[in-house]
Amino acid sequence: MGRKLLLEHINVPGIETLEVYRKMGGYSAAEKAIKTMQPDDITEEVKKSGLRGRGGAGFPAGMKWSFIDKKSEKPRYLVCNADESEPGTFKDRYLMEKIPHSLIEGMLVSSFALGAKTSYIYIRGEYFYVLRILEKAIEEAYAAGLLGKNIFGTDYSLDVHVQIGAGAYICGEETALLESLEGKRGNPRMKPPFPAISGLYASPTVVNNVETIAAVPHIINITGDEYAKIGVGRSTGTKLISASGHINKPGTYEIELGLTVEEFIYSDEYCGGIKGGRKIKAMIAGGSSVPILPAHLITKTANGEDRLMTYESLSDGGFVSGTMLGSGGFVIMDETACIVRHTWTLARFYHHESCGQCSPCREGTGWMEKVLHRIEHGHGSMKDIDLLVDIAKKIEGNTICPLGDASAWPIASAIRHFREEFEYHILHPEKVKDPKHFAHEPFVSSKLENV
Amino acid sequence: MAKVTIDGVEMEVPDGTTILNAARSVGGDIVPPAMCYYSKLEGSGGKCRTCLVKVSQGSTNDPRPMPKLVPSCRTTVMDGMVVENITSPEVLEARKGVVEFLLINHPLDCPICDQAGECDLQNLGYKHGAAATRYEEERRTYKKIDIGDKIKLHMDRCILCYRCTYVADQVADGDRCHGIINRGDHAEISTYIEKAIDSDFSGNMIDVCPVGALTDKTARFGSRVWFTKPMDAHRDCDNPKCSGKVVVWQKGEDILRVTGRKDAYHEVDEFICNTCRFEKKKASDWVIEGPRHINNKSVISANHYEHLKDIKEDVEKYQRQVASNINKA
Repeated sequence: MGRKLLLEHINVPGIETLEVYRKMGGYSAAEKAIKTMQPDDITEEVKKSGLRGRGGAGFPAGMKWSFIDKKSEKPRYLVCNADESEPGTFKDRYLMEKIPHSLIEGMLVSSFALGAKTSYIYIRGEYFYVLRILEKAIEEAYAAGLLGKNIFGTDYSLDVHVQIGAGAYICGEETALLESLEGKRGNPRMKPPFPAISGLYASPTVVNNVETIAAVPHIINITGDEYAKIGVGRSTGTKLISASGHINKPGTYEIELGLTVEEFIYSDEYCGGIKGGRKIKAMIAGGSSVPILPAHLITKTANGEDRLMTYESLSDGGFVSGTMLGSGGFVIMDETACIVRHTWTLARFYHHESCGQCSPCREGTGWMEKVLHRIEHGHGSMKDIDLLVDIAKKIEGNTICPLGDASAWPIASAIRHFREEFEYHILHPEKVKDPKHFAHEPFVSSKLENV
Repeated sequence: MAKVTIDGVEMEVPDGTTILNAARSVGGDIVPPAMCYYSKLEGSGGKCRTCLVKVSQGSTNDPRPMPKLVPSCRTTVMDGMVVENITSPEVLEARKGVVEFLLINHPLDCPICDQAGECDLQNLGYKHGAAATRYEEERRTYKKIDIGDKIKLHMDRCILCYRCTYVADQVADGDRCHGIINRGDHAEISTYIEKAIDSDFSGNMIDVCPVGALTDKTARFGSRVWFTKPMDAHRDCDNPKCSGKVVVWQKGEDILRVTGRKDAYHEVDEFICNTCRFEKKKASDWVIEGPRHINNKSVISANHYEHLKDIKEDVEKYQRQVASNINKA
């Protein structure tokens, strides 16, 4: 059994209420932090812990906090990014739904560390029922004096507001989120300036993922050094993984970073193996935006080492033979899955969600979707494959925000690893023309047989 | 002051200058093209990505190169920065990609477009685009709509540079009713539920539009641009915010169109009011100063006045070349 921090008490009945949450030791970290620690000490602890942003990019959280402009006379803000829209990712929802107070306690400690007097939770529109849960929890916290004026009898005061978005993927990008929070159109901003200098209402702002913020009280409880002992190398602590796809036990799991991918997929504690005993075909390790990996690169890296669930090991081999831990949206596809259809579905998603601000992403995502649609429905030609690679290359790195990259990576990697399946679609249009087909006749890749 | 090198050309510019403006201070081929940036509109730029450049050295203090190509219109120079524009194959490749992206949904109806001949996208396409498109699908289309009684919006041609929305915000006073609706490649500029734009300065949207998406209804289909003569002109305008300094586009003595005075980068020097633009179409309304030098490289710059000298030189050069070829043969 791996160590559990975030989900330790997930099965305690009534953990969503303040009473039970406090009985299980909740808000002790907040009390310790606010009563006995200096804000800078908390930032120092978080730095020591090696906690990395859990939203996808994996940027060290303590470092991000230390960038905040302390000289500015404007108020500082902490914004929690609960706009969890990455396809395949549902860990934040689980956490907020089951243990809402862990997020609120995290907000309290983090806001204190940053010197924020007002903090926001920006939650996606589709999570409307989670909004209700959070609002109820915040109400409880206010009633118990854990939010509001003079928390724990000190002179620290904090207001937490929940703002609901309208369900746009782009609003998960931190600057688009801030624009949306300000009531404007959710277009990402040009950077620099970064939010730490000029964020919400042009004030110094830190935007963190739900899971990152919820991990902070645990770091205070067990100290940063202790937290850093969990995991491997620069991937410290525990991480929530949302596992889905063709596995026996889909769900949200908390793992210690450093677990092998093989154990995660096949052990009964986690995914419990592939559904129906079929062969694994592909894996998306960290949400739809990261490169897809073929069977022979899932459990071993290109140079034969065991692949671990860490930021470093998953990205081993760069984009040629690696991927990214990303947000932890872990999707497994077995041999019945159609990679072309899957790639088209993703392309359709990014086309739909592009904000339309910068030209490569606005035009490129739509173009890729149309080309993939053609291939998937048996109207493609061989040059379309190279065309897709070229479009993806021209989007990647040339856009304002990472959505452009996110739309290009899965397509480029699918072609890199499953080119023959794309060719199969082009050469055998009669086999894929049925518009209702989900998985066309099992496509056996030569790569698959070599495993 | 910061020393910066662009394509091997060294220059010294004040701190806080963008790479694009630093390049413009020298001029010539090192200036990246810009479709959405407009120096007179605050907040513009960064969107079209045609001005992407490579920063191969960040500054003297931190000589590391920047990891990605950066939009030169929104990136400020640092002392010791080294920038590659046309000397970097990577930049040219990316720019070619951007031009292709801008053109895939553009109708390419230049033969019937009023902007043809003074269109930034046309110039960009000639310079950086490919000869043929790889796009086979249907292009997106919209209905043409009137925004106000003087401006026609032809959304098919729009490249979503957002310039006109900044004009609506910053130049045209009155209620803010012009903006972007929808998102992704369905995004379109529009007035709030087709509400007419009602402002004395709304006509400047036409001038800032880099393509033929916003055209002057009082001048549409009047003439091809290159058949008209641009003349500097002025009048005493009642509007205190309008200088009355314009360019009138004449055919014979008739004034077909009035626009702001545009510089080498196709940006107007001063915004003009709607009365000057739309209502003063008689030669007697204006004091005509003389022919306008069109700096912006385009077909309209090829056959007017000052450029006759260049053309003469070109022709002579060509003649010499032909003569030498004949001699060789």
